[in-house]
Amino acid sequence: MTIDQEIRDYPFRESPGIDIDPTYKLLRSTEPLARVQLPYGEVSWLVTRYEDVKTVLTDPRFSRAAAQGRDQPRTRAEMTYEGIIGLDPPDHTRLRKLAGKALTARRVNEMREGAQRVADEYVDEMIAKGSPGDLVELFALPYPTTVICELLGVPFEDRAQFRIWTQGLTSTSEQLTGYIEQLFDYMGKLVAQRREHPTDDLLGALVKARDEDDRLTEQELLGIAGVGLLLTGVETVSTHIPNFVYALLTHPELMAQLRADRSLMPAAVEELLRMIPLNPAAMFPRYAVADVTLSGTTVRAGEPVLVSLPGANRDPKVFENPETFDFTRRQNPHVAFGHGSHHCLGAQLARMEFQVALHTLLDRFPELRLAHGDEGVSWKSGLLVRGPNRLLVAW
Amino acid sequence: MTVVDTRWRVTVDRDACIGTGVCAGAAPRQIEIRAGKASVLAAQTGPDEAVIDAADMCPMSAITVRDATSGTLLAPAE
Repeated sequence: MTIDQEIRDYPFRESPGIDIDPTYKLLRSTEPLARVQLPYGEVSWLVTRYEDVKTVLTDPRFSRAAAQGRDQPRTRAEMTYEGIIGLDPPDHTRLRKLAGKALTARRVNEMREGAQRVADEYVDEMIAKGSPGDLVELFALPYPTTVICELLGVPFEDRAQFRIWTQGLTSTSEQLTGYIEQLFDYMGKLVAQRREHPTDDLLGALVKARDEDDRLTEQELLGIAGVGLLLTGVETVSTHIPNFVYALLTHPELMAQLRADRSLMPAAVEELLRMIPLNPAAMFPRYAVADVTLSGTTVRAGEPVLVSLPGANRDPKVFENPETFDFTRRQNPHVAFGHGSHHCLGAQLARMEFQVALHTLLDRFPELRLAHGDEGVSWKSGLLVRGPNRLLVAW
Repeated sequence: MTVVDTRWRVTVDRDACIGTGVCAGAAPRQIEIRAGKASVLAAQTGPDEAVIDAADMCPMSAITVRDATSGTLLAPAE
């Protein structure tokens, strides 16, 4: 590292709502390899340019496995449970293939009707309860929870339990390890049931892969099902649905454009993904296993590098008018789902869930609006995802 | 002495590809992302489980692996 380079405290100050901190823009143009100090762990590089982000995420000289056992730069004292995201190919490949088969574009398309039915049911309930209501509690949380429960074969009735674990995993909680143990116990019971009575849901398929083909360990099975699919699948989509709705309600011109031409929906979802950050800080540092030069600066073997996906998604070298929502972009190669080996396993499912959710809300609520302006919106204070935890809407 | 020189042909459907880079992560010796889409580094490759993995993992089923001589489909498995 350059000795005299400034070390910045990271995460940068929290930006309000769905905005991102202007420091990313500054760094991208003046300091593409910035040095940052997180609340815990060693000093790290932070990259904000699109090309550098993609290089770090695909070049085998940057490793997630090499991060294990290191004092990783992080936002809380305890290490985040990593599971599959702590592995490199080919170990990573073995696990990823098992769950990935259920989440291809083709498979996800077959789930669209079911997701539509679920979305309509929650909107029916909203309408029955009457306007106004909290979109987070009434729709954004139960809808993806139900979709994931049906895919995995986890009883929806237990959602109150795993919601506590999710909140524990995504907050600054000191009880992280305890929550992981409880979640693993819970998944362990569901796995035991499947050994007695095999099922054809995704959890049943993972149990079969373990027992008949020995393709993953018991801990890997519980981790990928519990953390990788159940908790991650719910927390991400349930956070971004209110983000996306908030963006549309506070940009009436975008809402009007989408209402006038629904064929824009897939492109609108991509643009919302590009513009709105899911995480308040870059996570999961890659460790260089050889010297690599990025934007003219050499990262030495053994040094950690964090990548900013929101930074890359607003790189003017790739996106015209990068700071502006544009539902008519012809090219939108954003990296909101990451890139390379660890590209979001559930990306196709998430896309489908977002499209169905927004279509449904627009169809059923022609006059959807914020109920009390920004007074009716409160924001999560955790360190792993950012978005409303309450979004009062009227219709 | 007989030499069995099996070759595999890896192809990318560039219309289906959305450039996730999952394939390049699994098979970095054979596949890279070029201009936002997956590209094979050589038209044919020796047998390597990594390209089977790449084809099986692609969420868009955009990668196909065949035996170069017989044309037999090797991946993706469905």
